[in-house]
Amino acid sequence: MEGFDKSNPYNLQYVARIPLPSSVAHLIEKLLTHLLTCQGHWGGILLSKDVYPIDTRMPLPYTALTQQEARLPMKFERIDSTLMPGTYYLSGNEAVAEGAIAAGCRYYAGYPITPSSEIMERISLRFKDVDGVFMQMEDEIASICSVIGAVWAGAKAMTATSGPGFSLMQEGIGYAAFTETPLVIVTIQRAGPGTGQATRVGSGDLMQAKWGSHGDYQIIALSPWSVQEMFDQTLEAFNLAEQYRVPVFLMGDEAVGHLRERIDIKARVEVFNRVKRPGAPPFGADQVDGVPPMPAFGEGERLLVTGSTHNEFGIRKTDDPSVHSRLVSRINNKILNNRERIIGTESYRLDDAEVIIVSYGFTARGSIFAVDRLRKEGKRVGLLRLKTIWPFADRIIQQLGGVARKIFVPEMNRGQVAGEIAKYATCEVIPYNQTDGEIIHPHRIMKEVRGLL
Amino acid sequence: MARDLEEYLRPEIKSTPFCPGCGHGILMNLILRAIDELQLSMDEMLFVSGIGCAGWIPSPHFNADTLHTLHGRAIAFATGAKMFNPKLKTMVISGDGDLVSIGGNHLIHAARRNIDLTVICANNMIYGMTGGQAASTSPLEALTSTTMEGNVYRPFDLCKLALGAGAPYVARYSVTQPLSLVKAIKKSLSIEGFTFIEALSPCPTQFGRRNRYDSPVDMVKMLMESCISKEQAEQLSSDELKDKIITGEFSNGEP
Repeated sequence: MEGFDKSNPYNLQYVARIPLPSSVAHLIEKLLTHLLTCQGHWGGILLSKDVYPIDTRMPLPYTALTQQEARLPMKFERIDSTLMPGTYYLSGNEAVAEGAIAAGCRYYAGYPITPSSEIMERISLRFKDVDGVFMQMEDEIASICSVIGAVWAGAKAMTATSGPGFSLMQEGIGYAAFTETPLVIVTIQRAGPGTGQATRVGSGDLMQAKWGSHGDYQIIALSPWSVQEMFDQTLEAFNLAEQYRVPVFLMGDEAVGHLRERIDIKARVEVFNRVKRPGAPPFGADQVDGVPPMPAFGEGERLLVTGSTHNEFGIRKTDDPSVHSRLVSRINNKILNNRERIIGTESYRLDDAEVIIVSYGFTARGSIFAVDRLRKEGKRVGLLRLKTIWPFADRIIQQLGGVARKIFVPEMNRGQVAGEIAKYATCEVIPYNQTDGEIIHPHRIMKEVRGLL
Repeated sequence: MARDLEEYLRPEIKSTPFCPGCGHGILMNLILRAIDELQLSMDEMLFVSGIGCAGWIPSPHFNADTLHTLHGRAIAFATGAKMFNPKLKTMVISGDGDLVSIGGNHLIHAARRNIDLTVICANNMIYGMTGGQAASTSPLEALTSTTMEGNVYRPFDLCKLALGAGAPYVARYSVTQPLSLVKAIKKSLSIEGFTFIEALSPCPTQFGRRNRYDSPVDMVKMLMESCISKEQAEQLSSDELKDKIITGEFSNGEP
């Protein structure tokens, strides 16, 4: 690729296939930084290294407590990246599309909805390069259902939406959880409830992600804070879905979806493909928390897939209490018993922290800014960033009480995660809730935390 | 079910769940007969069904890949499977409530997109499984558990709906016209594109007993009397057509 200079950290490309000369790219970024910071838009702090302490492409520099453990002893495959390796300048939504393609997603069905539509727009273009199947469906219900159909036909598949569409998908999500269909749903959250503020930010869909469909089931929900993580976590979402045969949600929000910043694309990515074992029962496992192998239609297995209660071979057993109890227990246990392997957190300056900010998604960017500023003032403040919302990081939250006096939880909702933290925390939990369609001002976090010290 | 078609059924399933006199068993037979006559391999077939009595025709009985889906969404699931793996010969079998009421949107859009699916709608003119409530296909003045004084709304003409949405092959037959129905199913399976067959099926348990058809035989007789061909219909006045059901091919798959 001409004009692509790997050594220049400011190298960027607006469109993946049109490399910009690095000097032009540098100028554009400088200009954007200037414009955004001058106008006082809080997106501005994200571009400027002077005010924003962390490069979001890298893991946090300092970690004390972490729940992230070694992967399952399962086989990951390293494959070539679908984009040229290097540094790109993308929006969060575009990064999701690229992450999905890198993960091997070859079926996408969706319905336009602000603020997630750029994902389907980019997929519709990029799928031509990788022989993927893109369907613009008649509604979100059809989107999730056709994704499930494609997964059983052998695809890695996903859909993307926002609040109202996510609500419509809930029945399909329950079906996917019960039939153990691996798929990825990206929800770029906006200010709800109802139609709400379609173009403004919120993070009010976290409880719906967990409890949205009827009955007892588990899902995995990830919370990205940067464009880099929109890419990385989309990839991770597919890997987790394939490992555990479960719907996985990428809980982005309008701010991170429309944010543009640099992301690094590596030459190789790590992917996991579903386990196949011809003849083995596709809906039963020896262990109470086992994940059965997954065949596809057309492989001669003569599969029976049903959303009714079914035995290990898929045969409907709607009046057998023991079959229902065993199945519901297993689809819950396979996630809960493996949660230490699934959950990802990052901690920053926790060692001597009096107050710990627990934060996730876009809000964590304001939180880490606040931690650094408050540390400069001599205040003992740290940050725990939740990269995974569900299953919930219960054990690490329990440990926080041994470090800090107070946990501060800023959220763009009415305390959905703060309530969950309060279930497990051994110290005081102070929620800060803002539901006005705006991101939480870092200075607001600083002011609130100062009041707690 | 005729013994010669037993090879198409899952060996572990010994009986059907349908009520005595239900037409769905006949329809099951006719679908398998069409597949048998075309000598299609069950390894290539994918049957997708929704919720309701007719959703149980393929699942779990047919010895092939079967996907028993959410209420109303069978066509959406089938669209995903077919689009990702076009080698799957995909047939959707479900009821009128499932395909046309709750799932009507998916039906018209799959027809518009001309997805290569064979859709067989078993129309019993009522919600059978849930206890005989009025359907969007229940005739005017029909007595149901939600219209005790008679249905006040006109029924849907499913074939006109599919035609209007652009389906290249549309046909309607009753299970009392088995030879024509087998012929139509065979034709629909051999056409590449969206094909829609409305198969009228008697429901003596929920529809018949509320509407004074004293035995399943009476319901079958009613269907036999009211089903007339397109050619016969041309000879009748609109008054005479009031209680008749016009059957035949409404679009023959040719451009």
